[in-house]
Amino acid sequence: MEPDSRQAANRRTARKLLLVTCVMFGFGYALVPLYNVFCEVTGLNGKTGRLNEAQAAALTVDEDRLITVEFVTNVNAGMPWEFRPMVSKVQVHPGAETVVEFEATNFAQWPVTGNAVPSVSPNTAARYFSKTECFCFTQQHLDAGETRQMPVRFVVDPKLPEDISTLTLGYTFFESLQPDETAEAADPPRS
Amino acid sequence: MSEAASHHDDHHDHHPSGLMRWLTTTNHKDIGTLYLLLALVMFFIGGAMALVIRAELFQPGLQFVQPQFFNSMTTVHALVMIFGAVMPAWTGFANWMIPMMIGAPDMALPRLNNWSFWILPFAFTLLLSTVFMPGGAPAGGWTMYPPLVLQTGAAFPFLIFAVHFMGASSIAGAINVIVTVFNMRAPGMTLMKLPLFVWTWIITAFLLIASIPVLAGAVTMLLTDKFFGTSFFSAAGGGDPVMFQHIFWFFGHPEVYILILPAFGIISAIVPTFARKPLFGYSSMVYASAAIAFLSFIVWAHHMFTVGMPLAGELFFMYTTVLIAVPTGVKVFNWVATMWHSSMTFETPMLFALGFIVLFTIGGFSGLMLGVTPVDFQYHDTYFVVAHFHYVLVTGAVFSLIAATYFWLPKWTGHMYDEKLGKLHFWLSVISVNVLFFPQHFLGLAGMPRRIPDYSVQFADWNMISSIGAFVFGFSQLLFVVVIWKCVKGGEKATAQVWEGAHGLEWTLPSPPPYHSFETPPEPSTIEGGMR
Ligand SMILES: [Cu+2]
Repeated sequence: MEPDSRQAANRRTARKLLLVTCVMFGFGYALVPLYNVFCEVTGLNGKTGRLNEAQAAALTVDEDRLITVEFVTNVNAGMPWEFRPMVSKVQVHPGAETVVEFEATNFAQWPVTGNAVPSVSPNTAARYFSKTECFCFTQQHLDAGETRQMPVRFVVDPKLPEDISTLTLGYTFFESLQPDETAEAADPPRS
Repeated sequence: MSEAASHHDDHHDHHPSGLMRWLTTTNHKDIGTLYLLLALVMFFIGGAMALVIRAELFQPGLQFVQPQFFNSMTTVHALVMIFGAVMPAWTGFANWMIPMMIGAPDMALPRLNNWSFWILPFAFTLLLSTVFMPGGAPAGGWTMYPPLVLQTGAAFPFLIFAVHFMGASSIAGAINVIVTVFNMRAPGMTLMKLPLFVWTWIITAFLLIASIPVLAGAVTMLLTDKFFGTSFFSAAGGGDPVMFQHIFWFFGHPEVYILILPAFGIISAIVPTFARKPLFGYSSMVYASAAIAFLSFIVWAHHMFTVGMPLAGELFFMYTTVLIAVPTGVKVFNWVATMWHSSMTFETPMLFALGFIVLFTIGGFSGLMLGVTPVDFQYHDTYFVVAHFHYVLVTGAVFSLIAATYFWLPKWTGHMYDEKLGKLHFWLSVISVNVLFFPQHFLGLAGMPRRIPDYSVQFADWNMISSIGAFVFGFSQLLFVVVIWKCVKGGEKATAQVWEGAHGLEWTLPSPPPYHSFETPPEPSTIEGGMR
């Protein structure tokens, strides 16, 4: 090969490889939405489902089964809140909607906005656990010293595998990085 | 090293002398030498950090350093050894040997080559300067898991940009290797005649351009999480720290093959030479390397079995991980079959190659143990993991790098090295490295955690033995420098072929080779003769 044509060929190959590099950089970022979609579809990572009232009402109640649902609450390190469930566990029939209350208090001398992140374990059960209403759908804004009771309305899918009789619903409150005054109107950070 | 080599064919290059020569060089041998020197310096810097770690672990309790500094040492030791010692050393060998092995005058993109080397000293100045910063060097582990890594002080942006620079350098080096091998081969040098070192490097280069950009993306996300209000990995903003581990290990597992695949090429060059027999199963070696490279992209979650995965995921990652043992086993069997009924001699490169085969296989077996999900729950984050990856990286990658240096040193310098000192270096290294790392298996199985400066007293005995091994191994490596120095300075004249059983195009050039390797392509008959 002539030196010039060889140089041109070298540049062509190098450009193609550079393109591959850029595509792979993009792929790294694409893993973020892919990961979230994967978790939502499979219910992995304890991500819970969300239903509207009509969908929840359409489920048939299985009176023969009783499922124990336990509640665990956490506040992320450094956040000046106390956060607890009003009951530590309830027994529910699959398909029946249940409401439980949680209570959060802001001990700080200043207003604080928080996001609650839910998680269900065992994680294989997460896809059968759905909420129709939750304080985790929006950010929660508490003024200095304010205490608020917050409801969660949930339903356990009757298709929950037979071998699961106890579910644990955990919430962790994180101090919001972007306090959003129009929290009610905003997109839920997590379903 | 090669500046003593003739400049008679420098008809189109004008060379400045002194420092400017090295700053502006676009010659593959000069750049190869620079890479190898940088790797050697980094090997000793990283080694000094390892000795700080082993000194602190000599006895239980805190003796020499603060816990924060101890954790900085484990973190920076890993980054320096992976990105500063092993990866640049491989690129150095690629630069020196690939043009000579494929019958090319130089690398395809010489200016890019110069850049990809000179980025590295800047990257490591950034990284190492953090040791002297208020708040200290990064101490959250080389895996940079959030949220811990986000607590790094002033060193954080230095860490991220250092990783960016190292990544850019290795991508540029990889592109150069691929373009060189695809476009610059001598006529008659078909793909299935390439020496295995070239083959394994090509596959490594593809791993590099496919995985390093993903790491660049992950650390960029860390940077924007810390400074620009994004929340990729922050649960408070809807992100997920476990996602970082997935993205990181999507890079991280191919990375371990980036560190070890060229070693397979080296061993496949050395064993046939000193066994005086053609390599057994050349094409199966090529296919096995490609299979390992493919599998490396679908096994990443074996580093994170304990994050809480569904059973199906754990089974998938366990089976694919254990599957890698098949192509790796093919390689080990091929090396053993090459030696079978051969007339072997045991010069220093062969000794290190044999050490590699035995000890790397031990590291492979402990890797299999770690790949089995149920037992990984016990081994995870213990010294068993530390023992495993040091067997594959020290007695694997580093031993093969040392073997390769002894193997080609006479070719580079034109002098034979001191065989007695070389053998002494081998025996000191191979004994001390086992005293250093083998007891760590026991410590890990007994439950001693990684990355902790203190430990309970039942671990004291094995830690003391391990530390003694570490100091002997560390100081033995000074012998390596002595051998190289003596060989550069003089010694018995080396022939072109150097080793009786050596075959391949690089051995048809004089020792030391001319500044530009093959100004005119070698005869096809020479290529046939080089085929084993
Ligand atoms: Cu891996």
